Amino acid sequence: MNDLMLHDKSRYGGFDAARYREESPFKIHGGCGLMGICDESGALMSGQTAIRAMAIQRERGNGLGGGFAGYGIYPEFPDHFCFHMMYHDTAGKEAAESVFDEQFLVDLVEPMPTRPTRGITDAPLLWRYFVKPDPVRVEAAGMSDEDYVVHAVMRINSTVDGAFVASSGKNMGAFKGVGYPEEIGHYFRLEEYDGHTWIGHNRFPTNTPGWWGGAHPFTLLDWAIVHNGEISSYGINSRYLEQFGYKCTLGTDTEVAAYLFDLMLRRHGLPVELACKALASPLWSEIDRMPAGERELMASLRAVYGPAMLNGPFAIVLGFNGGMVALNDRIKLRPLVAARKGSVVMVASEESAIRAVMSGVDRVWAPKAGEPVIARVGGTELPTHDGLHLAPAEISCAVGGPAGACETLEVG
Amino acid sequence: MRTMDLSAPFEGYLRQAPGISRDGDTVRLDATDVHYRQMNEAVRHAVREGAKRVVLDGVNGQRYIGTGLSTDVRIEVHGTPGNDLAMFMDGPAVEVFGNAQDGVGNTMNAGKVVVHGDAGDVLGYGMRGGRVFVRGDVGYRVGIHMKAYQDQVPIMVCGGKARDFFGEYMAGGMLVLLGMNSQFEGPVVGGYVGTGMHGGVIYIRGEIEPWQVGEECGIFIAGDEDMARLRPVLEEYCADQRMDVDEVLARPFTKLVPVSHRPYGKMYAY
Repeated sequence: MNDLMLHDKSRYGGFDAARYREESPFKIHGGCGLMGICDESGALMSGQTAIRAMAIQRERGNGLGGGFAGYGIYPEFPDHFCFHMMYHDTAGKEAAESVFDEQFLVDLVEPMPTRPTRGITDAPLLWRYFVKPDPVRVEAAGMSDEDYVVHAVMRINSTVDGAFVASSGKNMGAFKGVGYPEEIGHYFRLEEYDGHTWIGHNRFPTNTPGWWGGAHPFTLLDWAIVHNGEISSYGINSRYLEQFGYKCTLGTDTEVAAYLFDLMLRRHGLPVELACKALASPLWSEIDRMPAGERELMASLRAVYGPAMLNGPFAIVLGFNGGMVALNDRIKLRPLVAARKGSVVMVASEESAIRAVMSGVDRVWAPKAGEPVIARVGGTELPTHDGLHLAPAEISCAVGGPAGACETLEVG
Repeated sequence: MRTMDLSAPFEGYLRQAPGISRDGDTVRLDATDVHYRQMNEAVRHAVREGAKRVVLDGVNGQRYIGTGLSTDVRIEVHGTPGNDLAMFMDGPAVEVFGNAQDGVGNTMNAGKVVVHGDAGDVLGYGMRGGRVFVRGDVGYRVGIHMKAYQDQVPIMVCGGKARDFFGEYMAGGMLVLLGMNSQFEGPVVGGYVGTGMHGGVIYIRGEIEPWQVGEECGIFIAGDEDMARLRPVLEEYCADQRMDVDEVLARPFTKLVPVSHRPYGKMYAY
């Protein structure tokens, strides 16, 4: 995105733009690197695995952004929403904490464990909060816990000056900032965390400045997205999301992908394969060649979710508590390689990243454009539909989701 | 793997010269965890010192191997070379025992690359001479804008299947796809084959549907003259890949050539 107006919270809260002084004033053109690894057996691996996979792809970034998300990392707080927060100053911290105190039962507050690291400077204040939604307020709002948390995230990001939510899911967290990913991983002591799923990103900012909040992954609840590419449909995607109560405030195109997955997978109950087909829609010429049932399904999906389609080049990895999904744009304008060894599925921008952390893989392959690679930790319930060959009568159900799922979330 | 030092960030590559051993005119480099700059500098140094054969062990992700070299050195790569293998290469023979990543043979001018595995996207981008022989599958935009001039005729043979945009904007040279050593499901090649093509020739073993081919291409059955051109190329390919040339030639080939050498000649004419 090239729209610095996006950074101005005055659209929502009336604050001036000085809060963005940590942003870099220049932009450099290049690419990004990413990785995702998931052990479908639920076995845990150290964050060092993710660091290693990103370090081998160092040349894909330029030191202006690195980040990770890990899942299953807070087994002592499995049912708490964990907010990873970035604060510009203590005023931002106090303002955000008043939101937490008002809306949540806060069970633990602590600074993010970090260590001094070469290459990492100008870090914001970094804190984490293990919270539960205040049940009285949740009931009064008539929302699910998840919608309530989304509401709080949107409120903080759009109205609290100097405060950003880095992540807000259960038993997961995002660790990101300005630096190379191996430096960021070292800074956040990631080798001390064990997770069943990790995603990582090496940033080479092209259209928006390098700053701590702008590093990947972008998250909402436990959805976390890392992205290589640019989403040229950002405008239509963000306007579409606003109808459902999402506010795009972080000034980076990738944000919309996280919210679109939340909308389609959590709120609309769409099978993950169909959500991916909505984001990376088959070309109409391809749809014309499909067998009848699938043709109607894809045509319906494009009609219903047209404003959710991501245009432009992308490779993305979505992490969530049940695994990960990797997806390319429909004409493969960014690299993505996948591998499997036993119960471990891994994706990366380069095969070398896979070779760096997995020896003797069963299979390495280049996923087809627009066809997701899905890894699911055993026992995870996530709507899926194998093969996508629905009968026409099933289409409206699949696209429409459960009754009432499309109702707009009121925010503000 | 190296032991973990928790006092400093883990680094994927060491900024130090690779381990070197020499045997006659062969130089062997241990590239394990060595950064591409140090590794490629060691390769260039070995070539300057007269090495005829350079063997790289433990390669994983190092970019630009063979890039810009203009000698007849032979480079053997064990592992997974990084992007832009043999970019701007002008003479050497590179043999990869593993899969190659993206951008192999980018703007290559002369020499030969043999990959005993799969290769990624934009293989042979703007290639203008030499040969690239891949055993397995290749990705998207393979052979994009290959070009030829007089005796400079690039030749690429891919033994597996290919994805979309095979031979896109092709301006010259020969691009061959066999569909044999593949883990891809579906047809031998995706869509948009030869879109924007205005020179050169594509040969595909087997058949191809008209929807897969760009408007700028004519689809023909390869005739005797074509097979006479293909046979020596495939004999050389099969010798390098240890395949049976008779089996390769047992099926008819489809030939794609441009219907116009200036498909967009009128696009900006008033």
